[in-house]
Amino acid sequence: MTSTETPTRRITTAKAMAEGIALEMRRDPAVFVMGEDVGAYGGIFGSTTDLFAEFGADRVIDTPISETGFIGAGIGAAVEGLRPVVELMFIDFYGVCMDQITNHMAKIHYESGGNVTVPMVLMAATGGGYSDAAQHSQCLWGTFAHLPGIKVVVPSNPYDAKGLMISAIQDDNPVLYLFHKGAQGLVWMEKNPRSIAHVPEESFTVPIGQAAIARQGTDVTIVTLSLSVQHSLDVAEQLVGEGISVEVIDLRSLVPLDTETVLTSVAKTGRVLVVDEDYRSFGLTGEIAAVIAEHDPTMLKKPFRRLAVPDVPIPYARVLEQAVLPTRDKITDHVKELMS
Amino acid sequence: MNPLNRLDLYKQMVRIRQYESRILQEYHADKKPAWDIGAGLIPGEMHLSAGQEPSAVGVCANLKQGDAITAPHRPHHFALAHGVDMNAMTAEIYGRDTGLCHGKGGHMHLFDPEHHFSCSGIIAQGYPVACGQALAFKRTGTDHVAVAVAGEGAANQGAFHESLNLAALWKLPVIFVIEDNDWAISVPRSHSTANASNADRASGYGMPGVRVENNDVEAVFEAAGVAIDRARAGGGPSLIEIHTVRLWGHFEGDAQAYRGADLDTLDARDPIPLYAATLAEIGDLSMDQVASIAADAAAEVDAAITFATSSPFPTADDALLHVFA
Repeated sequence: MTSTETPTRRITTAKAMAEGIALEMRRDPAVFVMGEDVGAYGGIFGSTTDLFAEFGADRVIDTPISETGFIGAGIGAAVEGLRPVVELMFIDFYGVCMDQITNHMAKIHYESGGNVTVPMVLMAATGGGYSDAAQHSQCLWGTFAHLPGIKVVVPSNPYDAKGLMISAIQDDNPVLYLFHKGAQGLVWMEKNPRSIAHVPEESFTVPIGQAAIARQGTDVTIVTLSLSVQHSLDVAEQLVGEGISVEVIDLRSLVPLDTETVLTSVAKTGRVLVVDEDYRSFGLTGEIAAVIAEHDPTMLKKPFRRLAVPDVPIPYARVLEQAVLPTRDKITDHVKELMS
Repeated sequence: MNPLNRLDLYKQMVRIRQYESRILQEYHADKKPAWDIGAGLIPGEMHLSAGQEPSAVGVCANLKQGDAITAPHRPHHFALAHGVDMNAMTAEIYGRDTGLCHGKGGHMHLFDPEHHFSCSGIIAQGYPVACGQALAFKRTGTDHVAVAVAGEGAANQGAFHESLNLAALWKLPVIFVIEDNDWAISVPRSHSTANASNADRASGYGMPGVRVENNDVEAVFEAAGVAIDRARAGGGPSLIEIHTVRLWGHFEGDAQAYRGADLDTLDARDPIPLYAATLAEIGDLSMDQVASIAADAAAEVDAAITFATSSPFPTADDALLHVFA
C-alpha cells in the first residue's frame, strides 16, 4: 500500500448496518428504531450496535415481545410521516405478525390508490448453519418477495449492508431488509472473512433493485444472494485452479429483481446455477428459471440447475442441517456437473 | 391435591440443577473455536433454566401421567419434572438418532408424546396448543389437564390473550403458568409490561389468577394444586404467575452487560440452597442427605450423557424423512 491511498477501515456487516441507520438518524429526525433488544443490547445480531448510546431510549426503543403491536405501530408512524426502522428479531417470527406485514404494510399504498405511503424499514435476521433448528434458521425471502407491495433487499457484505440500509430508510415504500446471521461478522458465530470489509465512513447508497456482478467469469453464472454469495465466491476462487471461470451475480434485491444483469450474464456463459438458502419449490430458483425461459431459453447450453433447501424444515443436528444447506461442496459439484 | 413431599421437591430441583450444570459444561467443553455457537458436541442456542426449578417442580408435583405440558424455548426443567426420559432428551440435545426427535428438533423442540410434552422456540405459541389439548381432554371425558408455560415476556403476545379468553369461554382444563424471571432477554419487566401482575390480567379474562412471590417451591405447589384440582373437576382454567430468577444468561454466551447490579444478588437468590436451609431447619434434610441426593443426581445425569455421546448420529439422508406422515 502506498502512502497516498485512503486508509482502509474494515468493519463487520452488523456494524455497517448500524452505521447506516445512525447516519440517517443524524440527518433526519423522523427516523427512529423499534424492536426487541435493540436498545442497550444493540440488537441480538448487532444491527443496532451503539445506537442506544448516541440516540437514547426515545429514538431507540426496546419493545415488549408484541410483534403485531410494534410492527403495526411502525406502519402507523410511517403513515403519519415518520421513518421507523423496525426489527423483527428472526424472520421465522413472521408467523405472529404476518397480518400487519402482508395485509397492512404491503397493501396500504395500493389500497389507498397511491394516496398513503408507508416509508418504513422492517429488518430481520435470516438463515441457518449453526444448529438453531427449524424455527430459527429459515430465510423465507421468497415468501415475502411473492407478496406484492414490499421491496425486499438482501445484502451479502458490509458495503452493501450500509448502502442498502440508507437506501431503504430513504425509500418511500416499505422495505424488508433481510440480513443473514452468518454474514454479520459476529464474534460468536463461524464467519467468512468476507463479512468484514472496507466500508467508507461517509453516507452512500446502494440502489435498490440493482444486482452486482460480485465476480466476473465466462463459463458458468451463479445467481445467488446473501451468505451464499460468500460461499459462491469461495468456490469460484477455488475453481480457477481447475480452469473453470465462474461469474457470481449477487442479486442484492429480490424486489425489484434486476433481471437484466442476470440475463446478460447467462447470455454470456450459457450455463446457470441458482443457489438459494430458501426452500426450493415455488421460490427464487424457479423464478430465475422462469425469467430465463420467458426471455430466451436457447441461451442455455446446459439445462438450468438449482441448489436450494430440498423442501424440508431446517433440522437441528449438524449432519442433518449441513445435508440440506447449500454448502460450498454442493455448489462446487453443481458447477462441475454444468461443465461436464 | 397430592400430598406435599418436601424431600421429593428438593430432590427434583437438585436433579434439574445437576442436569443444567452438566449441559452447561458440555456445551462449552467442546466448543472449538470457543466463541462459535454452532461448534461443539452441543451446537446451537442453549437456554438453561437454573434458578427456575421451583416453578417446574412445584407445578409438576401435582400432575399425573396423561396430563400435558407445552413449554417454551427454556424447557428442560419442565421436561424433567414431568417425567420425560432423560436419556432420550439428552440424546436429542446432542443431535443423535436415539434422541426424542432423531436429532431433528434440538433443545427448543422436544416432543415426547408418551408424556404429552412439547416445547416451541416461538414465544407464547404453546398457549393455544395447550388449549387444544385441554379441549381434547374435555371432549373425551377424561380429567386430564394441560399446563401452558411461558415467560413474563410472552404474556404480551396476542396468542396469550386469545388463549386466556378461549380457555375461560370454554371452561377448558388449562393452567397458564407464567415464569416471571424479570428479564425478556435484555428487557426488564418494568420496560415491557404496564401491569405489575398477570394475576390481574387473569381476572380480566374471567379466571382465577395468583402471583407467587419469592420463587417459593412450596407456594408454587400449593397454588398449582388448587388450580389443577379445579381444572380436573371441570371448574375451568387458572393462571399462576411465579416470580422466579434466571441465574444464568438468556442463552449460553450471553454476557448480560445489560443486567447491571441485578447480577450481584443472584447467589443469595438461588432457590436450591435456600430450600435446603429451610428443610434443614425443620429437620427434614440432613447433611448426609444433601450429599447423597447430589450424588444420585450426578450419577443419573452422567449416565444420560454417556447414553447420548455413545449414540449414533443420524445420516445425511435422514434429513429428507418426516416431512409428511
